Amino acid sequence: MNSILYGVTAVLLLISWMRDRERTVKALMKAWKAFENILPQILIVLLLVGVLLTMLDAETIVMIIGDSSGVFGVIAAAVVGSITLIPGFVAFPTASLLLSAGAGYMQIAAFISTLMMVGIVTFPVERAYFSRSLTLYRNAFAFLFSFLVAFVIAWVEAQS
Amino acid sequence: MRALIHKYSVLVFLLAVLVGYSLFDQVFTSSVIDLALVQLKELLLVVPPVFILLGLLDVWVPKATLSRWMGTGSGMTGGLLAFLVGSAAAGPLYGAFPVASVFMKKGVSFTNVLIFIGAWSTTKLPMLLFEISSLGPRFALTRLLIDIPGIIIIAVLLNRIIPEAEKVDMYQRAEKR
Repeated sequence: MNSILYGVTAVLLLISWMRDRERTVKALMKAWKAFENILPQILIVLLLVGVLLTMLDAETIVMIIGDSSGVFGVIAAAVVGSITLIPGFVAFPTASLLLSAGAGYMQIAAFISTLMMVGIVTFPVERAYFSRSLTLYRNAFAFLFSFLVAFVIAWVEAQS
Repeated sequence: MRALIHKYSVLVFLLAVLVGYSLFDQVFTSSVIDLALVQLKELLLVVPPVFILLGLLDVWVPKATLSRWMGTGSGMTGGLLAFLVGSAAAGPLYGAFPVASVFMKKGVSFTNVLIFIGAWSTTKLPMLLFEISSLGPRFALTRLLIDIPGIIIIAVLLNRIIPEAEKVDMYQRAEKR
């Protein structure tokens, strides 16, 4: 996947360079500025995620959402998903592990959905680009919506 | 230089606390640093092309073009386009914010910016195959099917709730970035 992304970027960059060098340099400067702007906040996010994942290892997560059934487990899963930020390629295998360790589909769906849509550690970054109220509302809606996702997935998985 | 120190002050403070804490619990600190470094590697692998594409978009695509495709009058097509661009994305959610900012600068409507962010956050197509192989097609496809209307409804709701003045302010700040 990364190679496609790099390939497309390289081709476009080359075309841009051949058509107008000055503009390409300007584009790269803008890219760097945008990156440099967000970098300090991102590094803080990475550190906080490191702290969270150290405290919330797979065993702890199973303890929270594994045996506990019903709505409490779903709420716990949604809260854990909201505060953690794990890249998808780690999250999906982890979720599959949690499933085989005894977590229910409803809990796992709530966890996956909030993990992707709700960002508590990235709140300051999101607020800087948009606004406080938009960030609050977006995350609140995404949190609530994740329960719907959890119920539907649990229902679909129960049909088999 | 002073601005630079100011920008990184919180980070330096956090690192100092972490190093100080290692006197009590070395395992904790080294685990935190390890996990942060793994994610940093992921970040450096995926994020540079995203930002270069953002830069190219900024200098090559005129505001009129993007505003015609995804602006206020673009209707369903604009929403669909915003959804597809967001779903094709790679990288973590925080990568979506700078791109959304360039979209705002280029006159993409507020609802479509929100659809883009929603799609980037949760219906990334590159991740779909991975989700299918880990959690099964039934799980992944159900989630995708319910997320599509969910993203649109949340975007429309947010567009209604946020006051016009606040949107204007966000667009003006995006302009300066």
